[in-house]
Amino acid sequence: MSATAVHSLWTTAGGVTSAAPGDRFTAPTIEYAQLAPVLIVVGVAVLGVLVEAFVPRRARYTTQVFLTVVALAAAFAAVVGLAADGYATKNAHIAAMGAVAVDGPALFLQGTVLLVSMVAVFTFAERRLDPASHGNRVDSFAAQAGSVPGSDSEKAAVRAGFTTTEVFPLVLFSVAGMLVFPAANDLLTLFVALEVFSLPLYLLCAIARRKRLMSQESAVKYFLLGSFSSAFLLFGIALLYGYAGTVSYAGIADVVDGTVQQIDPALADTMGNDALLLIGGAMILMGLLFKVGAVPFHMWTPDVYQGAPTPVTGFMAAATKVAAFGALLRLLYVVLPGLTWDLRPVMYGVAVVTMLGGAVVAITQTDIKRLLAYSSIAHAGFILAGVIAASPDGVSSVLFYLGVYSFVTVGAFAVVTLVRDAGGEATHLSKWAGLGRRSPLTAAVFAVFLLSFAGIPLTSGFSGKFAVFKAAADGGAAGLVVVGVISSAIAAFFYIRVIVLMFFSEPRADGPTVAVPSPLTMTTIAVGVAVTLVLGLAPQYFLDLAGQAGVFVR
Amino acid sequence: MENLIALLIAAPLLGAAVLLCGGRRLDRTGHWIGTLLAGASFVVGVVLFTDMLGRGAEDRTLHQRLFSWIPVEGFQADVAFQLDQLSMTFVLLITGVGTLIHIYSIGYMEHDERRRRFFGYLNLFLAAMLLLVIADNYLLLYVGWEGVGLASYLLIGFWQHKPSAATAAKKAFLVNRVGDMGLSIAIMLMFTTFGTFAFGPVLGSTGETSEGKLTAIGLMLLLAACGKSAQVPLQSWLGDAMEGPTPVSALIHAATMVTAGVYLIVRSGAIFDGAPDAQLAVVVVGAVTLLFGAIVGCAKDDIKKALAGSTMSQIGYMILAAGLGPVGYVFAIMHLVTHGFFKAGLFLGAGSVMHGMNDEVDMRKYGGLRKYMPVTFVTFGLGYLAIIGFPGLSGFFSKDKIIEAAFAKGGTEGWILGSVALLGAAITAFYMTRVMLLTFFGEERWRHAATPSPAEPDVEPAAETGGDHSEPHPHESPRSMTVPMIVLAFGSVFAGGFFSIGDRFLHWLEPVTGHDHGHAPVSATTVTAATMVVLVVGVAIAWAMYGRRPVPAVAPRGSLLTRAARRDLLQDDFNHVVLVRGGEHLTRSLVYVDHTLVDGVVNGTAASMGGLSGRLRTLQNGYARSYAVSMFGGAVVLIAATLLMRAV
Repeated sequence: MSATAVHSLWTTAGGVTSAAPGDRFTAPTIEYAQLAPVLIVVGVAVLGVLVEAFVPRRARYTTQVFLTVVALAAAFAAVVGLAADGYATKNAHIAAMGAVAVDGPALFLQGTVLLVSMVAVFTFAERRLDPASHGNRVDSFAAQAGSVPGSDSEKAAVRAGFTTTEVFPLVLFSVAGMLVFPAANDLLTLFVALEVFSLPLYLLCAIARRKRLMSQESAVKYFLLGSFSSAFLLFGIALLYGYAGTVSYAGIADVVDGTVQQIDPALADTMGNDALLLIGGAMILMGLLFKVGAVPFHMWTPDVYQGAPTPVTGFMAAATKVAAFGALLRLLYVVLPGLTWDLRPVMYGVAVVTMLGGAVVAITQTDIKRLLAYSSIAHAGFILAGVIAASPDGVSSVLFYLGVYSFVTVGAFAVVTLVRDAGGEATHLSKWAGLGRRSPLTAAVFAVFLLSFAGIPLTSGFSGKFAVFKAAADGGAAGLVVVGVISSAIAAFFYIRVIVLMFFSEPRADGPTVAVPSPLTMTTIAVGVAVTLVLGLAPQYFLDLAGQAGVFVR
Repeated sequence: MENLIALLIAAPLLGAAVLLCGGRRLDRTGHWIGTLLAGASFVVGVVLFTDMLGRGAEDRTLHQRLFSWIPVEGFQADVAFQLDQLSMTFVLLITGVGTLIHIYSIGYMEHDERRRRFFGYLNLFLAAMLLLVIADNYLLLYVGWEGVGLASYLLIGFWQHKPSAATAAKKAFLVNRVGDMGLSIAIMLMFTTFGTFAFGPVLGSTGETSEGKLTAIGLMLLLAACGKSAQVPLQSWLGDAMEGPTPVSALIHAATMVTAGVYLIVRSGAIFDGAPDAQLAVVVVGAVTLLFGAIVGCAKDDIKKALAGSTMSQIGYMILAAGLGPVGYVFAIMHLVTHGFFKAGLFLGAGSVMHGMNDEVDMRKYGGLRKYMPVTFVTFGLGYLAIIGFPGLSGFFSKDKIIEAAFAKGGTEGWILGSVALLGAAITAFYMTRVMLLTFFGEERWRHAATPSPAEPDVEPAAETGGDHSEPHPHESPRSMTVPMIVLAFGSVFAGGFFSIGDRFLHWLEPVTGHDHGHAPVSATTVTAATMVVLVVGVAIAWAMYGRRPVPAVAPRGSLLTRAARRDLLQDDFNHVVLVRGGEHLTRSLVYVDHTLVDGVVNGTAASMGGLSGRLRTLQNGYARSYAVSMFGGAVVLIAATLLMRAV
């Protein structure tokens, strides 16, 4: 009896073919076509592992890059195909026995994650920036991840020309998790997806070719704090199960709304206990806020962004944020809409301190990667403003903002990889002085990205910020918009300070040089600039697209 | 036929583009291209004119819509033209006189190495001026209005190597900005009031609009007219504008551009008819300027500046007439046309004199030139007779009508205006006779041997600008210069009579501007007689002062009024004290506030933000344990706050 009751709660709202009552086990139905984007990526990731095992070392790099790009492109094609079949709008659907939603927001965010990962992978594959060592071209990753920095085994690995081509399957696993994360339609899937995309990221953070101790330190911190937040998330899931007797989003929502008739006797003591709901909801929220880097769960961000290999930083900053905000949106709009009035003031407060905290602390940063990290915190605050709007406009504005922000971020970190001196990337801001005189094009491109971050009109940053603030104001959060505009003003200071530094300061004698990248990184940067300008000048088509994709299936 | 209208503008615009973009390879032919295209525009004008004459008075207005310029919901602006009798009059004047002056410039600018550019600017001016008069809405008119302002700026400062020319150009530009602001505000008011700025709807619906709004629009239009037409209080730029080459002074600053204000007021007649207060302001401005310019003209020794004062004064007459309403519109335009002929002729004559006198402009260094420049003397003389209103010549007919119309205003106002107009006629006779006597009669003061240099050299600044100091050899100008002068002299002599006999001009323009005879308290004959009397008096005084006794080559100190008039009646001093000094004080105090208060707040905020940032930064200490504590604390706060919200 108990199993049946839980089962019915599990499946009622999803509209999935219901399991027959009784004791017979029914095979789950899996809509492979609708899950194709995820399956393609996971499949190729597994294939990549096999490549590491069986393909000769010399051919691995080419094979892995090819496979990764093809996988991402194919997955993107699958997303487009699903959207063309109407899954983003009228055919929105919940697949895999209620585990994964295939709807507008999910497809939009999956598409964004795939495209951003694609351009980020180009920077992973870049091998022209560092001078060749022992006749082998090298990328940003350690020759052998397992060797102790500075040890003989590392030197031997470098001499042998090893490269860590494992990064490509790792990225694919991470991307797979990110694809599921915003589409997860029950709390367990959410948790699994979180771990699937986080674990490869912890590894990727640790394997920078240069400054490896810092890289490893950042990875350990990220891992520790990430586990800590996962624990909160998991505990929150447990509490919500206690509250609702199910982990399905729709099921929980039904209990919150009071539309559920059957009560599981085994859970009768706890079901419907609001304390469980509130505490559990807040804990899950916290786990997600950690991933988006909102204050006060942001402290890992600067250290990890600084220590991780810059291509990984770009990928992480862009794609993680997209996936995590997607999950946050779905949680708030599908599971907890009944809690809007309870959670709103809390979210409001988080958004305010995130916007102000990120912007204010960024002022005194002296390292370009840390600066961008704090900038990403401030941006998380701006996006939260759109999340709080609690309206379809809010959803679509957040979707748009994420698309805009992620491309600019990947582009900006790609530029950071180009500015180098003898010690690798020259990330200290003082070294960027006068860059505009030496390398006007690089500095100009970076200035475009900074202006977009600052939200100057005619860049995509302005369109995005405008959309988010408009949604927030229409949603009754005008105060948040005021704080947002003030934070933007503070943030503009440090963005423009970098531009001033680049163009109006005398170049340093020992200043860095700008490496000439291969077409890979050039593509990444060019896509970033193109998106920045196109979405700045003519955002309407993409706003409409995000607007159509703004409805969650339930 | 209406498809030809755009050609009027296209020809000179093409000329400007070709000449300004064509580069040095056009240096040898550029002036011919410019003149040819100006002439082409004139031919198109004549064709359109004959076509217009062939139609009845009611069907004479043509429209051409080229394209939609600003198609925005609720805000439609077209590039469209309207050619009616009023526009046609201007088109013929602009292209006709313009072509003549192009021809004249071929000779006048012969030795200038930037002649091609000069013709490019002249063509640009023609295009802009034509756009101004054939636009069918105020917004497009504004484009032409700014276009002529630009051309005027470029041409006044054409000899930019002279600091005085550069300054004069800047001054003209700045003063005109004030007027332009008036026009733009007027257009905005029109848009808010009528929802459009096309002539038809705006002028057709003035009846349903409140007088207050019409007055506001009218006063702003008047401000615009004051700037462009050098009327008090925005008159100060015109005298300095004489720094430009003389053909420019003749075309832009005498015959055409400066009369744009008159066009604007006559075109907007319906607005002014509904706003008596604005109309009164127009009349007052006209009357004051009429005397102002005349008085300035009396005191100037620089021949072009004397003529500039005269221009100001004559436009004052036109503005006065335009302010009188339907009684005066036709005569304002008629005087404008005849003035276009004789003033252009006078300027070209002055240019011819300067050409023969090493670019000397000080009339006190002329004298007895009639023997050396017979053609110039005769044409200038005919222009002179026309402007003072010698019976039978152009000015006689047109000015007389304005004086009559002023009296016909009726009441005390009518008497005052009529008297002012009469007084102006007397002063006109005086200063023009003075110019004539100083230039063409009396001793040959330019001979250094005959009149040795004065004891105190270079008192007059004009003496310094006068080219080299070797003795000039006065000679007649080349054919290209004299022919236009002769043609214009014909206009000066016959145009007025041609227009007035049988009220031809009245019947021509009446369908557009309307006409009203008014109620003259005195008969036309009496007015004519009075005009004749003041004319004779003016000429006689001038003869007594400058014809009978020898003229000193250096100006005597003169009375207080004379000295004030030499300084343009202290207009620059007034502007300097009130506007420049006042503006400086204002900006200084604003800068002070900016530096102390605003910067204080800004720097204070920045410093406090920096301090806050520095303190918050210390929280980021690099220890994972601290981070975890912060997260834990955050989670506790988050949960507590959520529970608290439910409890509340």
